[in-house]
Amino acid sequence: MNSMLEKYGSITGWDVIEHLRQLARPLKGMRFVHVNSTRVGGGVAEILHKMVPLFNELGINTTWEVISGEPEFYQCTKSFHNAIQGVQVDIPESYLKTYEKTNEQTAQELEAVLKEADVVIIHDPQPAALIDHFPNHKGKWVWRCHIDMSRPFRQVWKYLREFVSRYDASIFSLSDFAQPLPHPIYLIAPSIDPLHEKNVDIELEEIREVQNRFKIDPERPLILQVSRYDRFKDPIGVIHAYKLTKKFIPSLQLVLVGGDAADDPEGEVVLNEVQVAAKDDSDLKVLLLPGDAHRTINALQRASDIVLQKSIKEGFGLTVTEAMWKNKPVIGGDTGGIRIQVVNHHTGFLVNTPEGAALRIRYLLQNSDMMKEMGLKAKEFVRENFLITRHLREYLTLIYALLHGEEERIELK
Amino acid sequence: MKANRSKLEPFYIKDCALIAIATGKRAQNLRELIEHLRAADPKSIYYHFWGGLLRPRFDDPEYHNDFGIWVAHSLHNKILAERLAVIDPVEFDTLEDLRNELIEIIDESLDETEFPTWAKRDDQFEFMEHQIVVFNTMKSVQHPLDFVDVLPRISVGSIFYHFIDGRRRNPNMVDDFRNWLTGFGDKYADLIQMVGEICPYFTPLKELRKELTDVFINYFQDQDS
Repeated sequence: MNSMLEKYGSITGWDVIEHLRQLARPLKGMRFVHVNSTRVGGGVAEILHKMVPLFNELGINTTWEVISGEPEFYQCTKSFHNAIQGVQVDIPESYLKTYEKTNEQTAQELEAVLKEADVVIIHDPQPAALIDHFPNHKGKWVWRCHIDMSRPFRQVWKYLREFVSRYDASIFSLSDFAQPLPHPIYLIAPSIDPLHEKNVDIELEEIREVQNRFKIDPERPLILQVSRYDRFKDPIGVIHAYKLTKKFIPSLQLVLVGGDAADDPEGEVVLNEVQVAAKDDSDLKVLLLPGDAHRTINALQRASDIVLQKSIKEGFGLTVTEAMWKNKPVIGGDTGGIRIQVVNHHTGFLVNTPEGAALRIRYLLQNSDMMKEMGLKAKEFVRENFLITRHLREYLTLIYALLHGEEERIELK
Repeated sequence: MKANRSKLEPFYIKDCALIAIATGKRAQNLRELIEHLRAADPKSIYYHFWGGLLRPRFDDPEYHNDFGIWVAHSLHNKILAERLAVIDPVEFDTLEDLRNELIEIIDESLDETEFPTWAKRDDQFEFMEHQIVVFNTMKSVQHPLDFVDVLPRISVGSIFYHFIDGRRRNPNMVDDFRNWLTGFGDKYADLIQMVGEICPYFTPLKELRKELTDVFINYFQDQDS
């Protein structure tokens, strides 16, 4: 099995791959360019590493270009990122000049590629200003926003909107994130890659090794939350829910997994609070794992009985998708993209308080058959809706939509 | 049973894929919902009744359209949600008729309500639209009997296009299967009736595929015996 599509076919079913091939056939030979700001790290790079070869395998000539600049450029785009998520930031004029200059230089470097492309997809704000340098572009230009933009800081969005408005279309992950723009706004939900180390099947032996490493008793129930130490993820609420449940189920164990908060002062404060709340309880583990500990997290998710994502505010919540893919029922906060994935009594429970979470943990741990059934439903729901193949299908559909304008039904010959 | 090859045009199997489009129109309570409903493009109404079949959404066993789901889960108005959920779009000749029915039911509920409830700010009803791309699968069926083998293997997108979307394209609002079978005159009248009895609205596409397959299998088994 050499082709990537074939590898995915063994997971999604062959009809899904055939569907992609048929959809892509009339697009063969087209030139497609993605531009983002990094080849390593982060969700966008992760998805492009798989998406670009898949497009090429489908016969669409696809390349991936990267914008890069001086430290000031990244400081500026980091501020953009925070502002889009609603943080009030003050960005110095000099940063904005650097941002525009970096985009201008990149536009010169990529001129030949971008001028000839049939479709250009610009990811997030870093390369958004490239469009300024292609006023008579031949192909269709699309701005793909991966960030939760439901409540952007207006002043910064006003600046960025000047560039974004010039695109032929934009893509947001959820309708709640979409902002008014003078062009079609398409909705494409994120996806997980079932072949990534985070999600591949792993042997029981490896799961046992991880349990041993972190002194987790495989014979006792385990609940888990994987997320940054961030107030919006409510790790303190998770500990509260665990303590409420432990009164009734003394054997319960909780693992909280997050990344190192060294470069995030707010994260460090939250982490300290979590560590204080977790003190003196050997059944409550607070783990700090490096960004590439994918297999370890995979094993921890598989070792758990229930996965929590008790966020107060959430973008899409791909950690929910990952847990569901591993046959786990999820108890999630009633917010953002968690609502699309967690369906009460079917794939898990939506909760609003630690008490609500505690109640559902107890309920599920007392009903192992239901937990199993929910896990199965959760996995199938992800298989049909949130794998990279669906993401790819929607990109292909989008190309036709871009090429055919506003027709509701596009009939290909 | 040996099939009589027909001289009719074959049934060309097509497939489709859908992409959702945000309209930027949002409602936080019933008054806003009704205002937007009055102005919404018909394709938005179509999307909120049928689009759920082809986009990432859990098949809600209780409420079958986006309006019912939102009213139940975000406004917690179970009475109205039930009234909305029971609307079967197949019963309406046009999307305008369907829109009027929706407005009437919501209006009636507003008359009965002292204080309209509000959804959370991040849980508003988002009006959406869609575009559908239809493409050839290079497969075709020459005779109705061939569907026995072909139907289990066609995609859910094909089921959507031929069994649901077809009703908007064909005379008398029939699906593509019945439309094609009608070309044989009265020969398949019973089969046409059996296909017509399958409810397209309350059944997920995978189950629809199975129900359709079963209908063709049962029909031709009966012909054999």
